[in-house]
Amino acid sequence: MTARDERAPWLTLKMREAMEAWLFISPTLAGFLIFFVGPLCAVVWYSLTEWNLLSQQSVFVGLDNYDDALFHNLDFWQVVRNSIVFAIGLVPLNMALALALALALSRRFAGVVFFRTVFFAPVVTSAVAWAIVWKFLLQGEAGFVNQMLAGIGIHGPNWLREPDWAMVAVIVTRVIKMVGLNMILYIAALQAIPRDYEAAARLEGASNWQIFRMITWPLLGPTTLVIMVITTIGSFKVFDHIYLMTGGGPENGTLVLAFYIYQQGFQFFDVGYASALAMIMFVIVMGLTVVQLALRRRDT
Amino acid sequence: MIGSLTQRQLRAVKQICWTLALCVVAIPFVFPFLWMISSGLKGPSEIFGQPSLIPTSFRWNNYLEVFNYQPFARQYFNSLYIAVTVTLLTLFISSLAGYALARLRFAGAALVALFLVSALMVPEEVTIIPNFFLIRWLGLSDTHWPLILLPVFGSQGIVGTFLMRQYFLALPKELEDAGKMDGLSRFGVWWRIALPMSRPALAAVAIITFLNSWNLFLEPLIFISSLEKFTLPLALSNFTDPYGSPLWHLQLAATTLAVLPILMVYLIAQRQIIESFALSGVKG
Repeated sequence: MTARDERAPWLTLKMREAMEAWLFISPTLAGFLIFFVGPLCAVVWYSLTEWNLLSQQSVFVGLDNYDDALFHNLDFWQVVRNSIVFAIGLVPLNMALALALALALSRRFAGVVFFRTVFFAPVVTSAVAWAIVWKFLLQGEAGFVNQMLAGIGIHGPNWLREPDWAMVAVIVTRVIKMVGLNMILYIAALQAIPRDYEAAARLEGASNWQIFRMITWPLLGPTTLVIMVITTIGSFKVFDHIYLMTGGGPENGTLVLAFYIYQQGFQFFDVGYASALAMIMFVIVMGLTVVQLALRRRDT
Repeated sequence: MIGSLTQRQLRAVKQICWTLALCVVAIPFVFPFLWMISSGLKGPSEIFGQPSLIPTSFRWNNYLEVFNYQPFARQYFNSLYIAVTVTLLTLFISSLAGYALARLRFAGAALVALFLVSALMVPEEVTIIPNFFLIRWLGLSDTHWPLILLPVFGSQGIVGTFLMRQYFLALPKELEDAGKMDGLSRFGVWWRIALPMSRPALAAVAIITFLNSWNLFLEPLIFISSLEKFTLPLALSNFTDPYGSPLWHLQLAATTLAVLPILMVYLIAQRQIIESFALSGVKG
């Protein structure tokens, strides 16, 4: 005899619980289906059509958009290259700086709260504000950074107007903006390491470097992996920062995938092509996630 | 003389060196804020002149011009009320869903959780094009609806759901069982017992959600075209002369107005805010 609900005897308690659960989840689930699953299916379909402002209607063209992107459009490979350069520049720099700051700030000393607050402040600041202020600081001759450099006898480049320097500038300013987040995650992980390990190693006469290399770093492994996944995927999402600092220029030098999708879809209204780009981005991000999760499984 | 220093003095010297090094590293984190405030008080001619942190004359007029250039007060209010709405809605639906995932047993729970998590990995740029047409089809272009609906039902709501779920899982069940004995419905247990006990998690979700909405850029850029419907990030990017070059003195004054209140709150509640981000672990 299964337990029955008093108020509704035709329901078992188990069924009632399940019904209530679905009811509780339904707003989230409905939104998820309407604004995520639906659009994800739609973007697959769009990517197989020719649909732009001129044609005003969508025509099925098979894989033409992908063919266009991969084999005919010269911009596309430059965009892929830019995105990879951006990620390869940003991720290690961000993680190394985050770890260094975390190591410096994970023990107590006068001022530690002050420094944590300072390094985290850009994280809560809007990306738009951050980009505007740095764009201002990095103006050509008259910009503050170059005036300072001139003061010590260095002729600074026109940061945001030369393709390579522009890339360096968006990477570095983005790292300064976001490094606080990874720093906090590293600090939490460092503080979770039992003190005894370090004390025991010290008794054995281990140096600071040996302790870091043999104890701290291996124990941080899982955290490092999570941070790597988040930061890498995050680097592919960066849009507002680049939109405001360089507008993807100069000479498409900072045109990354997220920006390229926006440009093709919402400035040139080439919906089919932009959707194919979105699908390519989807595959890249999913691929990265799977690879990194597989690495984690192997480690544990 | 190094030799004459005691162990303790040596440590103090070391600590001072470390602190100085940290101060140097902190410059690019702090200086942009100072320079923003200072330049927002300079005139267009001084702004690229001899660099000085203290303006030669404080041009408070910039702050008046900001409001005359575009309906900045209205835009400020838009950002505020949208962020509050998004936060309240997200708290409501994500704590409901999080509660169900943590406490209720039902077939498919694991699958639902897996689906929701996988959505977190997908950048919004992937789905923004179909969402644009969906919003247009619903007749909601150039309204604030997409700025509310997309975050609430997008990754922000999902982050909230999992934060709440984690927290509910760690709560003791006994109180809720007692509530059920006393005849509370499931909804009653959630509202009267589970929610009041999960204030820290609710605060974390609220903080992250509010900031995310306040800083949202791509959605306003795509959906909003009327000046008086702009939100702050869009408004900030809009201080340009007719040729599209930035009117720096106004733009920086406006940016100061947008950033300072958030920074003030952050300085007061920095511990709580930093912890919220550490809890969520996923952002940016």
